[in-house]
Amino acid sequence: MSTAGLMEGAKAVTGAVRKPSLSPARIALIAVTAVFLIAVLRVVTGANDLASSGALAAAIGLAVPIGMAGLGGLWSERAGVVNIGLEGMMILGTWGAGFFGWHYGPWAGLLGAMFCGMVGGAIHALATVVFGVDHIVSGVAINIIGYGAAKYLAARTFTGSPGGGPTQSPQLQNLPSLSIPGVSSGLGSLEKQEIFFVSDLAAILRAMVTNLSIVTLIALGMVALTWWVLWHTTFGLRLRSCGESPVAAESLGVNVYKYKFVAVLVSGSLAGLGGGYLALVAANIYRDGQTGGRGYIGLAAMIFGNWRPGGLVGGAALFGYTDAVQLRGGGSTVHAMLLLLAVLMVGIGLWQVLRKHRVIKGVIAISAGVLVAVWYFISETVPGELTGMTPYVATLLVLAFASQRLRMPAADGLPYRKGEGH
Amino acid sequence: MKATLDLRKVGLGLVAPVLALLVAFVVTSAVLLLAGDPVVEVWTQLLTAPRPRLVVAIINGASVYYLSAVAVAIGFRMNLFNIGVDGQYRIAAFAAAVFAGQGWLPGPLNIVVSLLIAVVVGAAWAGIAGWLKVTRGVSEVISTIMLNAIATGLVSFLLFRVADSTAGSNVTNTKTIPTSSQVPGFALVPGTPNKVYGFILLAALVGVAYWVVLNKTRFGYDLRATGRSETAAVASGVNAKRMALTAMVLSGAAAGLVGMPLLFGQDYSYGTTFQPGLGFAGIAIALLGRNHPVGIAFGALLWSYLEQQSNGLQITVGVSSELVFIIQGVIVLAVVIAYEVVRRAGLRMEQRKVASQISDEPGSPTPEGATA
Repeated sequence: MSTAGLMEGAKAVTGAVRKPSLSPARIALIAVTAVFLIAVLRVVTGANDLASSGALAAAIGLAVPIGMAGLGGLWSERAGVVNIGLEGMMILGTWGAGFFGWHYGPWAGLLGAMFCGMVGGAIHALATVVFGVDHIVSGVAINIIGYGAAKYLAARTFTGSPGGGPTQSPQLQNLPSLSIPGVSSGLGSLEKQEIFFVSDLAAILRAMVTNLSIVTLIALGMVALTWWVLWHTTFGLRLRSCGESPVAAESLGVNVYKYKFVAVLVSGSLAGLGGGYLALVAANIYRDGQTGGRGYIGLAAMIFGNWRPGGLVGGAALFGYTDAVQLRGGGSTVHAMLLLLAVLMVGIGLWQVLRKHRVIKGVIAISAGVLVAVWYFISETVPGELTGMTPYVATLLVLAFASQRLRMPAADGLPYRKGEGH
Repeated sequence: MKATLDLRKVGLGLVAPVLALLVAFVVTSAVLLLAGDPVVEVWTQLLTAPRPRLVVAIINGASVYYLSAVAVAIGFRMNLFNIGVDGQYRIAAFAAAVFAGQGWLPGPLNIVVSLLIAVVVGAAWAGIAGWLKVTRGVSEVISTIMLNAIATGLVSFLLFRVADSTAGSNVTNTKTIPTSSQVPGFALVPGTPNKVYGFILLAALVGVAYWVVLNKTRFGYDLRATGRSETAAVASGVNAKRMALTAMVLSGAAAGLVGMPLLFGQDYSYGTTFQPGLGFAGIAIALLGRNHPVGIAFGALLWSYLEQQSNGLQITVGVSSELVFIIQGVIVLAVVIAYEVVRRAGLRMEQRKVASQISDEPGSPTPEGATA
């Protein structure tokens, strides 16, 4: 009797705290649906760059730094420290990659990027964990310091270097990249035949096996490692307990300061790795202003992913994809996405009206969808200045529609002093 | 009794900024030493008295920063992080510039209506973030960052549609504001023909309004109460959601004015070269000034001073002028840390005082085990 009651209670609690996570089958279903949607969109609109392996490879390249910044955010926020300084740490990482990469080779550059990001993390940890400063304030300060420090150091270290100057480093050596020769070309010919759905799938697979930078693999490894460490080890459980209820963790003998400090250091080094990818892989050079706000987008990707590694990868992939499509195809490809947006808006509106009986919200969504559709049909392309907004608008829309289902760590951003929890 | 307490409070309040400046001095010197740059020369350049021309530039810069910091501070008082001041002031300045450039209205009336347009546009842009926060639960930190990027794209898109591009120049501008609607400056500083923005009065007015509304009205009280403790404010009948939306909209309205001194006192049009990044400086300055209208004024002056003085670093001592961002960032960090440390020290002093008063009272029982 009592056992049954306990079981009931336990079930209710887990149900409230954590929604059943996605099973592999559901993830596969979502992925296939997404590919199918893109295939339909490609055929209907004729914007072939929606699913070309080139665009997808570019998407992977753009998703990695966003994902690494997001992963950094995940570590620190899971331990209860909001990290808006990711952008600054990422900037420090780009300089670290440029400096160490130039002097000691690309691998040292990668480590240097992580080290410089970690220095940013150490400042953040010192301010937020040791001194108990407001997390966002400290993050803003780190973004200023990172921005200035990278520019100052670049002018100091790269001026007069061969091929470099005050705002950019000399050319950096390549890191190895991998491709599976036979598979890659086979998929390439399949992609060219433009068979509905099959070619789209082939393009995606081809992007994944062709010229894949070793750093991309390291990044994916980091995601898997994070998932394993944070959710399947004692260390991870304790770290997350600091983000959910530091006082409870303290009462169980966890050294909350230590765990928070470690988490923010890891956070900084991952953001630095993202910056390192930009300098070493994406550009082969350090350049001022290389990050372009990707640290912030990474933060958004993490929130989009509901503070979970799997969701974060999804978010990073989405932002990388919209960014790549607008960079490559420009106006016409983004124009094709308008149709998808219109259909989605109308669909959401119908769902709101028919299933949820929220007539006003539904009508607003439907009319917005109709407006977008009208825009799609009366125009040929989306102007260049507007296509650059795609990832940001996508982020905003996704957050507006999904934010109710998100749950951040309970003590995220709250100050914690040892021995003051009563 | 009360006077001495207040004196101590003032002392504690001053300790923190002084401490922060010292820390910033030490840290920056350490960075310079590590990088192998001339420490003494850099500080001589930064700390010599600025020439009259620079004094005017410092005051002008500070008046713009002041408006930006007040906009951020309005949000801060309500526990809202309006990181979007940057986007709000740019889109508002653009809208105002387009209207003012047309010159449909006579001189001063044109200015007044343009200011209103700037306020409304800034408020509306911030309102998006406020609305998303109260209805959809989207963190204003993220939504305003996204809205900044969107504002950048939108403004550049519209700018090229309405632009009045002068032949032979690759700078794109809106139409120049008619001379009758340009705001004349004040020749405050002797020894230079440069003038202080006439709209420094606007900045002062906004500062006074900020202080009055926050400290002397029911609305301001509710706002501060909600910022301090939402649950307590709700219990006393405040509609916290409406408060959040109003604070965000007001913050955006103030942000709309940020670009006005530049628009009517210096540039007379909005173009691709319009000064960016004022919003982020505003965040730092609001923190420096502790959201207090007078504190913010000092913060804005310090910020502008450092910026103007560092401009010459590259030429005079060959050090990258970006050094100033390191100094500014360290100051912000050191100030908030110092305030936190000083606050805790003050708390401990008070506890000790109360404890000694209790034990001094004759016949009072010694507090046993009452450590909490």
